[in-house]
Amino acid sequence: MKLEGSVIFKKLPRDEHSRSLQTTISVEGLTRVFGKDPEKALKLRNSGCSKEEIYEETKEILALYNVSFEVMPGEIFVLMGLSGSGKSTLLRCINRLIEPTSGRILIGGEDIVGMNQDELREIRRRKLGMIFQSFALLPHRTVLDNVAFGLEIQGIPEEERYRRGEELLRMVGLGEHGASMPSQLSGGMKQRVGLARALAGDPEILLMDEAFSALDPLIRREMQDELLDLQQRLNRTIIFVTHDLDEALKLGDRIALMRDGEVVQIGTPEEILANPGDAYVEQFVAGVDMTKVLSASDVMRRPEPVARCTAGSRVALHLMEEHDIGSVFVVDRERRLKGIVTLDDTLEAVRAGRGLEEIVITDVPTVAPDASLTDIISLIAESPYPMAVVDDDSRLQGLVFRGAILGALARKRSDVDESA
Amino acid sequence: MSLPKLPLGAAIEALVNWIEQYFGWLLDGISAALGFLIGGLQDLLLAIPELILILLVTILVWFVTRRDIKLAGLTALGLLLIWNLRLWNLAMLTLALVLVSTIVALAISIPLGIVAARSDTINAALRPILDFMQTMPSFVYLIPAVIFFGLGNVPGIIATVVFAMPPALRLTNLGIRQVPVELIEVADAFGSTPRQKLFKVQLPVALPTIMAGVNQCIMLALSMTVIASMIGAGGLGYQVLVGIQRVNIGMGFEAGLAIVIIAIILDRITQNLVPQQEGER
Repeated sequence: MKLEGSVIFKKLPRDEHSRSLQTTISVEGLTRVFGKDPEKALKLRNSGCSKEEIYEETKEILALYNVSFEVMPGEIFVLMGLSGSGKSTLLRCINRLIEPTSGRILIGGEDIVGMNQDELREIRRRKLGMIFQSFALLPHRTVLDNVAFGLEIQGIPEEERYRRGEELLRMVGLGEHGASMPSQLSGGMKQRVGLARALAGDPEILLMDEAFSALDPLIRREMQDELLDLQQRLNRTIIFVTHDLDEALKLGDRIALMRDGEVVQIGTPEEILANPGDAYVEQFVAGVDMTKVLSASDVMRRPEPVARCTAGSRVALHLMEEHDIGSVFVVDRERRLKGIVTLDDTLEAVRAGRGLEEIVITDVPTVAPDASLTDIISLIAESPYPMAVVDDDSRLQGLVFRGAILGALARKRSDVDESA
Repeated sequence: MSLPKLPLGAAIEALVNWIEQYFGWLLDGISAALGFLIGGLQDLLLAIPELILILLVTILVWFVTRRDIKLAGLTALGLLLIWNLRLWNLAMLTLALVLVSTIVALAISIPLGIVAARSDTINAALRPILDFMQTMPSFVYLIPAVIFFGLGNVPGIIATVVFAMPPALRLTNLGIRQVPVELIEVADAFGSTPRQKLFKVQLPVALPTIMAGVNQCIMLALSMTVIASMIGAGGLGYQVLVGIQRVNIGMGFEAGLAIVIIAIILDRITQNLVPQQEGER
């Protein structure tokens, strides 16, 4: 019951800012069957067959079965599960991109399943913003026109929608890029545009479908932080789909864990970590050794400073002195890792007038971004240097310091311990 | 053993008679409208002094190819050659025939392509018809055209339209169907009406593919206007036909060359009308 208390405490200040309390989303008994004969599939389910057995028997896919939950105004509600668990289908039912087979979805008390096309369009325009995993920017439109798309659909005059569009682009830090085409932006920038586009119509509800999954780990964490920041200021109701536990724990006020089209547990991150509802949830969270759950990309820092191999030894020396470090990684023009130079070697090279390539130590251990902490710990114990994280092209992605590993483990443990 | 011959020919003749009897007014109307269009366009093209028209086309090529000076120069040279060979009037008639047929063909095929993209039933119904139209030797289209519209430019256009339509229809259909699912979801999720979805998302995203269809349509129309000269369509094609009939190699070659020049210019213009989008999204 201590948990209940903490949730309420967390919610209270938010509710005061909430623009309206009626945006509760309530999903009741939602079912979706892909196939020609849903009745048959449901009959089998009611007699206790699993999703797989039903598919074997009837070729009907039971994507969602009897899903019910409520999302409070101003809450970040995470739908989490493995691929095929129905989380994206569920999200798409909420704005009826996918039609539910049965069940009700109440948004502010109105059942959107029963709405006709006009009413549905209206609620999509006014209340529901959506953000896609693949960004889904319109390739023929400028960034600004992409952001203003929803407003254009609503028939808002050009001048006003551009003004609003510019405002949102500034908010997501892309004020300069309004005239760019989407193809000119990086992944992180594209998703900022996606976020701005979803917010342009000032919807109370944001539906985010694996919104950050296509981004590389550092950018992803940045975007998560920014989303939390934005949420502080804007206070929307957010339904966020992800398959990444860390992301779910970080963003979610509450998390619904899904498996085979059904919700197996709903709770705050603390609740789920402390009392996994069943073996499936447990597999996700509790018994798992954090050194196996966390990967290099979770604990790495930006690779700064690094010396370009074309730079001289004086530059490298300056970098080390400035950052007060005993060694610095060397990369080539494409940021591919060449090795590391130590302070002592560099001092000597400067005296002897030699270049970096003569003193670079190429035999440094590296790990891939998805390497688990278990692997890193054994490597880093034997190496006097920080661990370099490189991608398949041996491009330097980040650095892992000993302290960061300990910090990450300590944080995870305390999360679990406190709530237990 | 011999089965009696099926009276297929007689049946077709009866059908044609029936159509002529009851839809003659419609055929006359189409005939008059197309005749007016071709005549008007040809008169317009001929009313512009040759040099000025050459200059205008050259500037157009220069502009749409994003300042490809070489292509613009070749365009000017090619057109000057046509003028020099005294084929200008014929070339303008050919151009008028191609443009009118293309416009009519696109006016039919693009909307049909859109409809086919939205309905699997209609798509399934259209597919065998398109296969039939594309595999049928192009000469065959001349027969119904002659029957319903007699000899001259108008039946030439009708045959050309039928021949040039399928690729534009197919590529419009394909282009719209290939629009990524997420972009359709964007249109829906932000509350587009079906019309907004079509004009703000599907058509613009499909435009490069549709333009490839337009390009094909023009090229086929040009090749068909030559064949249509057999039923009295005028222009450079007719000149080639006369060259064949009189075994006049020089005459046929000159006219053929002029057709190639026009083909290349039209091709380059249409290929460059839509700026290529770098990257896909």
